[in-house]
Amino acid sequence: MNAQLDSAPLNQTLLARFSARLGPQLSLRLTLLILASLLIIPMLHLLPADSPLHVSAYILTLVGKILCYAIVALALDLVWGYAGLLSLGHGLFFALGGYAMGMYLMRESAGDGLPEFMTFLSWTELPWYWYGTSSFLWAMCLVVLAPGLLALVFGFFAFRSRIKGVYFSIMTQALTFAGMLLFFRNETGFGGNNGFTNFRSLLGFDITAPGTRALLFCATIALLSGSLLLSWKLARSKFGRVLTALRDAENRLMFCGYDPRGYKLFIWVLSAVLCGLAGALYVPLVGIINPSEMSPTNSIEAAVWVALGGRGTLIGPLLGAGMVNGMKSWFTVAFPEYWLFFLGALFILVTLYLPKGLLGILKKGDPK
Amino acid sequence: MSAIVYRILLSLTLLLPLCAQAGDANDLVAANAGQQAKLLERWAAQPDPARQPLLDALQQGRIGSDSSKTAFIEIDGKWQAVEGAAEPQSNPRKLRLNNRLRGLLIIAQASQQLLSDDPAERLAAAQTLQQKGKPALLPLLNQQLASETDEQVQIAMTLALANLELVDPDPQVRLKAVRLLGETGEPLARVRLQGLLAEGVEPNALVRSAAATSLEQVKRRLLFGELLGQAFSGLSLGSILLLAALGLAITFGLLGVINMAHGEMLMLGAYATYMVQVLFQRFAPEALALYPLVALPVAFFITAAIGMALERTVIRHLYGRPLETLLATWGISLILIQLVRMVFGAQNVEVANPYWLSGGIQVLPNLVLPYSRIVIIGFALFVVALTWLLLNKTRLGLNVRAVTQNRNMAACCGVPTGRVDMLAFGLGSGIAGLGGVALSQIGNVGPDLGQSYIIDSFLVVVLGGVGQLAGSVMAAFGLGIANKILEPQIGAVLGKILILGLIILFIQKRPQGLFALKGRVID
Repeated sequence: MNAQLDSAPLNQTLLARFSARLGPQLSLRLTLLILASLLIIPMLHLLPADSPLHVSAYILTLVGKILCYAIVALALDLVWGYAGLLSLGHGLFFALGGYAMGMYLMRESAGDGLPEFMTFLSWTELPWYWYGTSSFLWAMCLVVLAPGLLALVFGFFAFRSRIKGVYFSIMTQALTFAGMLLFFRNETGFGGNNGFTNFRSLLGFDITAPGTRALLFCATIALLSGSLLLSWKLARSKFGRVLTALRDAENRLMFCGYDPRGYKLFIWVLSAVLCGLAGALYVPLVGIINPSEMSPTNSIEAAVWVALGGRGTLIGPLLGAGMVNGMKSWFTVAFPEYWLFFLGALFILVTLYLPKGLLGILKKGDPK
Repeated sequence: MSAIVYRILLSLTLLLPLCAQAGDANDLVAANAGQQAKLLERWAAQPDPARQPLLDALQQGRIGSDSSKTAFIEIDGKWQAVEGAAEPQSNPRKLRLNNRLRGLLIIAQASQQLLSDDPAERLAAAQTLQQKGKPALLPLLNQQLASETDEQVQIAMTLALANLELVDPDPQVRLKAVRLLGETGEPLARVRLQGLLAEGVEPNALVRSAAATSLEQVKRRLLFGELLGQAFSGLSLGSILLLAALGLAITFGLLGVINMAHGEMLMLGAYATYMVQVLFQRFAPEALALYPLVALPVAFFITAAIGMALERTVIRHLYGRPLETLLATWGISLILIQLVRMVFGAQNVEVANPYWLSGGIQVLPNLVLPYSRIVIIGFALFVVALTWLLLNKTRLGLNVRAVTQNRNMAACCGVPTGRVDMLAFGLGSGIAGLGGVALSQIGNVGPDLGQSYIIDSFLVVVLGGVGQLAGSVMAAFGLGIANKILEPQIGAVLGKILILGLIILFIQKRPQGLFALKGRVID
């Protein structure tokens, strides 16, 4: 069975050459430029509401949301496109980061008292894991630590026994499913079904004020640009080459004397932390977090963003996340019944006809 | 002619007791509520078979009285005098019973039934009296118990008796009752004994200590039933998981891909059952009870055809790219779910059990085994046996096993791998369709039916390993029983998480599952 699971098809050598050539400075700079130009949205949002150039809070939140998703797509691409580990559980890390941020926001809006949902459950004191969440700094630590530690423990055991391929995918899916069930329970202490909402302020600023929103938006762009640069550096380093080799022929890499576990674990944890950070920005921007963010459906949808844009590239995932989510917000308003048909068809068509994603088409015309 | 005569005679004989019982019905309608209660209590203590029709009519609200306080019974919309042959002087007013009278009526009916010739009726009566008995019934119960021959009814009556004696002023009688309760294994006995042991209920220390001992005994007996119940629901869940995972294990072993649309095959199988049921209701209502049997081949062929079509059109083109197959089949599952949602609606559809699948066997006082679940366990084993025969005794099975072990070598030996893939995929999907028929008999049938099974059935495949049916069987029943035993201890969610953790740890030890094919291939 191993033989079939791992038998590398011929086109993987093509892919390897393809990804080695990736990240030319030009396209990276172009992307960064586009991201920087998005900075105009929060500026326009700050204009008075009657100005013709004013951008509504809806658009700002929507674009901000998509940018957060783009970070998730990039993080997923790091593990899937480069290391060949398709995670179907990245929504879990995203939601964990979001919940960590949400804990702080809930504490801040509750003041000295308990968060509202706890009073409903007639709890008299905070559970131990809420300790210190009223401090923004500790909450930020949690944003990194919660997804990071979970990824570390899960990854350690998974990579130690060399779980990969579909085994790894379904394990991660089961993980996020279990997480969702856990967070749906009221007794878990995270607001059960409803999750966290009704946030009031962030660091003392009103969370719905245009200024706060604009700043959050800028922070998202900064995080996205930062993770893009980091991934670019990683992909071009020796580390990135080892990852690609790991994806294409793990056994041969081991025969060459490398131990793949450390490489996998590092990129896996990094990816989880990036997701957590994206979640932490998503929550104050959108104003709600609930366990449905952890549903396997969400995580698997992220995979199609990456596949559509082109995995193993850095810009592809951003493109894919933007396109799919843009279409989703249009479709679910215009033809809500047909969105799942469209999404399903996208899954099938992209895997059948666009194995290298949209960027693969663009690259075809490239004489190099 | 003779039939009509018989009928008239028969109805006359039916009416006879009404005449013989002159007074009862009229007494009842003439009395006020308090007197009526007393009357009913007296009737309960001294049951008389002749009173049966009156009680039944009373319970169905068919008794009324006219202005002269004569009792009338409503038969097919017409009023007839219960006693004698009087004509109603005014339109009779129906007799309304308040809740207290209603309760008393139930007791009276039960005590009436105690005299029945049918043991099942006597049992039901004794069980009613366990819950609702009154001390006034003690002589009657003692008398009936002495002449009772059926063992089950004896137990039930003893229990009803003991229940009544618990409130007796004489501590000796209470002591006897407590000991008697200790010898049964009824959930009700536990409740009663616990009530007795509560603060300040029982003044006598001797009775209290006897009650504590009895309670322990009852608990021990009940525990046995509970454990058996958990094991049985574990077996039941395991058989469902087995039906869901069997096809997945075959296709995964063969193609190395996880078919994420496999859960939707279960769902389609369940909807096929629903459609067969609707067709039966419309065209052959007299044979409705047989519809699950017809649904089996229908569901199998529909899902197998869809599975083969998917293999031909999508999965075939993705060989060697398991992760992408995963995504593509996920897309297929999204489309199938939405399609079903649009055709049948997002609500659950109603699939009713035929009579031979409803009800169950009462094994222990607190353990009922539903027929549907017993049949499904048997059915799952039957499907496994068929699959085993198919894989081990047929040409197709030989080919499937060959391709599973080494695709290239099999192709070199002339095995048509493409055809084998298609047929195996159809087989896997068809088995899932059969699983859908089974699921429709015990759960809700809705568009999301399959979603909840795909993760669990993959865990079965991971645990069992591929290429061996025994692995799937062991893993499915193991997971099912582990789930059901953990559930009451730590809750369903934590149980699931714990099991997931255990599986991850298990893979550390045996990455290929419980039963792995041995091979030396490495890429």
